[in-house]
Amino acid sequence: MLTKFGGLAVILVWGIVFPWLLLALSRLFHPKKPTPAKLLTYECGLDTQGDTWIQFKISYFMYALVFLAFDVETIFLYPWAVKFQSLGLFAMVEMFIFIAILIIGFWYAWKEGALEWM
Amino acid sequence: MQISNTIATGLKDWLMGMGFSATTTEMIATAVWTLAVILFILLNLIVLVWLERKFSAFFQQRRGPNRLGPAGFLQFPVDIVKVLGKEDIIPAAADKPVFRIASITLFITAILAWAVIPLGEGMILEDLNIGIFYFIAIGSTATISLLMGGFASNNKYSLLGGMRTVAQMISYEIPMVFSLLGVIMMVGSLRLSDIVKAQEHMWFIIPQGIAFIIYFIATVAETNRGPFDLAEGEQELVAGYFTEYSGIRYAIWMIAEYGNLVAVSTIASIMFLGGWNAPFGLTFIPPFLWLLIKIYFMIFLFMWVKWTYPRIRIDHLMHFGWKFLIPVSLANILVTGVGIYIYRMITG
Repeated sequence: MLTKFGGLAVILVWGIVFPWLLLALSRLFHPKKPTPAKLLTYECGLDTQGDTWIQFKISYFMYALVFLAFDVETIFLYPWAVKFQSLGLFAMVEMFIFIAILIIGFWYAWKEGALEWM
Repeated sequence: MQISNTIATGLKDWLMGMGFSATTTEMIATAVWTLAVILFILLNLIVLVWLERKFSAFFQQRRGPNRLGPAGFLQFPVDIVKVLGKEDIIPAAADKPVFRIASITLFITAILAWAVIPLGEGMILEDLNIGIFYFIAIGSTATISLLMGGFASNNKYSLLGGMRTVAQMISYEIPMVFSLLGVIMMVGSLRLSDIVKAQEHMWFIIPQGIAFIIYFIATVAETNRGPFDLAEGEQELVAGYFTEYSGIRYAIWMIAEYGNLVAVSTIASIMFLGGWNAPFGLTFIPPFLWLLIKIYFMIFLFMWVKWTYPRIRIDHLMHFGWKFLIPVSLANILVTGVGIYIYRMITG
């Protein structure tokens, strides 16, 4: 088991190293002549108006909350799905009750308008 | 039969002969394999960009690239050389450290996802027993990279693109994850080689057809491709979260995105289209080639959808995901559960 995840570490190292190799290779060829005009923010040729890092209205905030509930649910569902065939009827009914509770919550969120893009 | 396995065994034997320990040998072999996978992605990138341009030209009744090489095939290799020679511009207003690492983190997630994806029998980096779960877990972290790129650029188009990506990717992750559950319930294992083995007699697209369609729609949104390419909608947001990227950094975004596209197509082929199993007893084509044919069939579907449908509005996109795909995918799990139970009662 440990050697398997050790292999993942090797892949991670490659994932970090390879883009840097590309960047280093590019550095050999590409010119570097920055001018103030070149380093301006590109917004279709117009000068940028005001600040970008402002208090931004994240319209998907309610979606994110519902997403969290579903994401946790998947963590429960995956082990259940693997052992589903050997656990028998009890586990199946149990999981259907679990999903039913979640669906009630989902229905409530839907009714309260959490699933509307505002 | 498996040339790659022969090479791997030969390499390991040679390294052992050099006097390395078993662990070091494994590590070096994994490193070589990873490099092979990266090269596979890059080779695919060359073919895919050419295919994408040719297909889009075909769908729009144009010719597409046709100057360099046969049917313009050499256009993209020349473009790579061009990209290597382009200046690497980092805007003065950008958050420079985050801007620099954003494309690299996306590349890392793309490579890490490939760790569990087999390209043929035994041709896999690490055949983890949590394979598909690992793939989903790594795939969902790509969202952060895209948001980093959009936020750090300090450009309003990039910010909007990054924010839209997050909304879209978290919404379509749930139907994607649920659609794969039906297959896992039928197999009883998360290991991808077990899933392929279970499809020797019947591909899972037959009992899990609805799940396949849900998975396909959800991955179109997950990879930010048309008609769900709101995050980089060219007509409204220039290029979305990578508007400010140029030169080789832009190329790293593209490599990672196409790497993800090939990865989700491979997962679709493995989960629903029988992996490297040959259909109709056509076993004279080797398993590796069968998988490649299926991957390219899936990619063709992705491109077909992209160039056929117009981009849809963000609220329609969210409503479709939450109010249609999630209930349908939940119902699919329930129907699959009951179906398996009835099937087992009949067959005893």
